[in-house]
Amino acid sequence: MDDDAVFRALADKSRRLLLDRLRRRNGQTLSELSEGLAMTRQAVTKHLAILEQANLVATLRQGREKLHFINPVPINEIAERWIGKFDRARLGALSDLKTALESKSRK
Amino acid sequence: MAQSSFIYVTYIKTSPDELWTALTSPEFTQKYWFGIRQESEWKPGASWKMIFADGRVADAGEVLECNPPKRLVLKWQNQFKPELKEEGYSRCVFEIEPQNDVTKLSITHTLDKENSKFIQAVSQGWPTILSNLKSLIETGKTIIQR
Repeated sequence: MDDDAVFRALADKSRRLLLDRLRRRNGQTLSELSEGLAMTRQAVTKHLAILEQANLVATLRQGREKLHFINPVPINEIAERWIGKFDRARLGALSDLKTALESKSRK
Repeated sequence: MAQSSFIYVTYIKTSPDELWTALTSPEFTQKYWFGIRQESEWKPGASWKMIFADGRVADAGEVLECNPPKRLVLKWQNQFKPELKEEGYSRCVFEIEPQNDVTKLSITHTLDKENSKFIQAVSQGWPTILSNLKSLIETGKTIIQR
């Protein structure tokens, strides 16, 4: 997946707001998502298209309705790319420490 | 009807056939699914099970549709947590679609109940399982081991 598209999509306050709204309640229609926002319906449609293109939003047809879901997979990949590495390093350091301390106490 | 659902979508640099194999082969599943192994004959009506490394059954159900390498539908119930098991069967749909040089995998998991605890529980696991699957297919290694 195109990382640039994900970061570009996230680099906009309105689009982050839409993701926040989906995080609170997943599977909303365009009308539900637009409710109470200072944006026009057209603007919401445009932002959703960008989020969908970046694979941050996935949609599902249910009868006549199109429901929008937050798709956390690309963000999870970003997290694992950087944060996961820190975790691995910390785990590695801890196991080295354990090995060192345990071999010392045996002497 | 009140229901809980989520949909996860990922794009993997592989062919639909290889992705299908990765989703259904017991050995492969074990590598990206935290050691959990699947057991099924993969045909409509066949039973389906996910088994922990220690032999306990994690989840069980039935294959509803099996159309390799495009679509797999499972009837799925948790077996090891009473509060999740009592919510009954969920429905999990795997859809595989080739797109240019990558393959799109969509997973939709639904349970006919509002605010389902089961759906909430599985939705916390899926992103990591999918990242592991993608990484394993594309590079031969998983990212996270549990």
